[in-house]
Amino acid sequence: MAVAQQNALLGPPSQSSRTLLRVVILLFIAGAAIASRLFSVIRFESIIHEFDPWFNFRATKYLVANGFYKFWDWFDDRTWHPLGRVTGGTLYPGLMVTSGVIYHILQALTIPIDIRNICVLLAPAFSGLTAFAAYLLTNEMTTSPSAGLLAAAFMGIAPGYISRSVAGSYDNEAIAIFLLVFTFYLWIKALKLGSMLWGALCALFYGYMVASWGGYAFITCILPLHAFVLICMGRYSTRLYVSYTTWYALGTLASMQIPFVGFLPVKTSEHMPALGIFGFLQLVGLIDYVRSAISGRQFQAFLVTVLVATFGIGLAGLVALTSLGYIAPWGGRFYSLWDTGYAKVHIPIIASVSEHQPTAWPAFFFDLNILIWLLPAGVWLLYKELRDEHVFVITYALCGSYFAGVMVRLMLTLTPIVCVAAAIAASKLLDTYLVNSPSQPATSTSEAGEKKAFKSTDKTESPLGVSSMVSKLTIVGAMVVYLLMFVSHCTWVTSNAYSSPSVVLASRMPDGSQHIIDDYREAYQWLRQNTKEDAKIMSWWDYGYQIGGMADRPTLVDNNTWNNTHIATVGKAMSSREEVSYPIMRQHEVDYVLIVFGGLLGYSGDDINKFLWMVRIAEGIWPEEVKERDFFTARGEYRVDDGATDTMKNSLMYKMSYHNYQSMFPPGKAADRVRGVQLPSEGPVLNTIEEAYTTENWIIRIYKVKDLDNVGRDHFSAAAFDRGQKKKAAKKRGPRVLRVD
Amino acid sequence: AQGGWAQVFQNLYDYYLAETPQRTKLLDVFLLFLTLAGALQFLYCILAGNYPFNAFLSGFCGTVGQFVLTISLRIQTTEANKADFPKVSPERAFADYVVCSLILHFFCVNFIN
Repeated sequence: MAVAQQNALLGPPSQSSRTLLRVVILLFIAGAAIASRLFSVIRFESIIHEFDPWFNFRATKYLVANGFYKFWDWFDDRTWHPLGRVTGGTLYPGLMVTSGVIYHILQALTIPIDIRNICVLLAPAFSGLTAFAAYLLTNEMTTSPSAGLLAAAFMGIAPGYISRSVAGSYDNEAIAIFLLVFTFYLWIKALKLGSMLWGALCALFYGYMVASWGGYAFITCILPLHAFVLICMGRYSTRLYVSYTTWYALGTLASMQIPFVGFLPVKTSEHMPALGIFGFLQLVGLIDYVRSAISGRQFQAFLVTVLVATFGIGLAGLVALTSLGYIAPWGGRFYSLWDTGYAKVHIPIIASVSEHQPTAWPAFFFDLNILIWLLPAGVWLLYKELRDEHVFVITYALCGSYFAGVMVRLMLTLTPIVCVAAAIAASKLLDTYLVNSPSQPATSTSEAGEKKAFKSTDKTESPLGVSSMVSKLTIVGAMVVYLLMFVSHCTWVTSNAYSSPSVVLASRMPDGSQHIIDDYREAYQWLRQNTKEDAKIMSWWDYGYQIGGMADRPTLVDNNTWNNTHIATVGKAMSSREEVSYPIMRQHEVDYVLIVFGGLLGYSGDDINKFLWMVRIAEGIWPEEVKERDFFTARGEYRVDDGATDTMKNSLMYKMSYHNYQSMFPPGKAADRVRGVQLPSEGPVLNTIEEAYTTENWIIRIYKVKDLDNVGRDHFSAAAFDRGQKKKAAKKRGPRVLRVD
Repeated sequence: AQGGWAQVFQNLYDYYLAETPQRTKLLDVFLLFLTLAGALQFLYCILAGNYPFNAFLSGFCGTVGQFVLTISLRIQTTEANKADFPKVSPERAFADYVVCSLILHFFCVNFIN
């Protein structure tokens, strides 16, 4: 050790200084991971973004206020108005419980931090842990000392992961990606050591993952696939048996503890691969034992008979159970990953979500930059070596790439493995050109117990070729440039694309100063302060969580789209004539209707642009009453100007959007900036509802549903009377109606 | 083939008696018991219906889980498999077994309600 200390500056660093360096680097990576996620907090404020996180935030507040047991049995009567939602049994509680625990720990340490700030900053905090988990996972794959650190650095700042984990994005993915990577690390560890304890740890973290995110199905399918590939390659070992069966037995029981999952692990097709491989492993284990017991010829006959019989019976049993209905077939969301056209035809509500679309090529480069072209290289390098854990990376990379290609959202599950594989490729390159130099003295005494780095190998014997100074400098220099470009790309993407809270809209004034459009919160605040406590708000489902979270008012539908018919009811009310919509709204005790209208400002994500999805979803349930065709002109155009169809002009959504809009402009000049068209000079007339509030930039418009008329007229004649129009003469000539008792 | 199969099983049985240490045989008796318990539960489930399904599942998964854990212990403590587990001594294997069984029982008891 004395020698090592003497040479601390000249020779290779000693074990302890390496450890120090590693810790410092990992801390810096964690710092970078956290810091790069704070753009939105610094630019705007510390609020929850998007739509889903508002529900998670509301549930977390409930948990913190009422304790765990109440949270577990929470029946929420302020969503899905007439129905309510059994929240405790229909959510993944991991996220809320995690932040609740953090909250209470901080309270116990007398650091009273508001629960909102914990929720906002949870994702950045966990991204640091994810980077560490990627470090551990990569270190299992290779002996190169730099691969793990590179993987951690990639994972820390890769935009594919940042997009779902910026500060304020309080979504399930915030902790789920950490759990995903860490579960995989534990699985690899268990497989390598063949240890029950690591298998049990893997199962426990798998259980935590199940409690956190619906994407746990990915783990239940990848691990059996890995095991299956290993068996097929003839790499069955007792280690595989021990680790897999321990994981499956404990992990399945752990996953069934979550009420939302319940009996699914034994009843649905997504979980059957894991069960099948579990059974298959028992069989393989038995065969393995028998092989050591009896002679070769006998074993042949034994093997063939047993294998064929069991496989046939197992497969037939699975098919029979599925077709008899004991095992549920693939769920719609899952199935649409295989049959990519399925959702669009059968389940419009899945296809209507923008992140369920297929991924375009630029998205891969945008989200992963150099990593995406290092991925195949890394997979190839692992394939050349091909140990058991490398098979895992290859399987994961193949499946992950496929799923990420099918659905934009699943880029998230691809990112960890891309980081690992790219780090392996990059570190291999750097190791070859940086470390293996012949000039390096083979000081084997001080580093006998260390990893292989800094040792000269046979590759470097010739002074020319790879190890000449010129080639080294070129390659390493190029690599450094790429890595620096990666960092700047990540920062740019994070800053410009992924750090905008969708609650406030930022725009630039001509002089470059920032102008904040805060209509959402203006409207929700109005609802919160000026309506009665239990006023029911009807809006399209996108805004359900935000209304519940910010306005604190009951809603009819929200982003948890568990009841398609109820959503279709809202869609029908929005897309029908007032005569049809009014009874629907009365039946559902709707007090206010909230719509989003971007025509004045050019805000394209408004309800007129989403209107066709409402029509389609409603048409799925009432094909006789709502027809998509009626909303298009004879030439098949979707128009809102003079040429709009009568159905379009008379639909409640159209009327609400353009009500009084013409009064903003000089006569005949009313224009819609999103659709870019001139509007008819006569605006629509509303009879059954009245305008209650419109925000500053007209983004949110709130209408109050009128009560029944005092003297029993229908709203149309009442409104006509109020406007001073004469009663239609035709009415008088109608047949006399006798009173019916 | 009838005689062939009888021969195979005879060989297996002889090999088992000759090569298996006493402790492992003890484990095997436990395994047999677990198999019987699991089979009995399954039979009862078929005969009497699966009404409290969670109770059936936790009982059955308990036996299955304990079975595979015991097999794992058996694998790790067998002399012939020493090479496969360089880092796992028999004592360590037993400690792992205890921890895993405790976790398993906790989950089963929790799930049975």
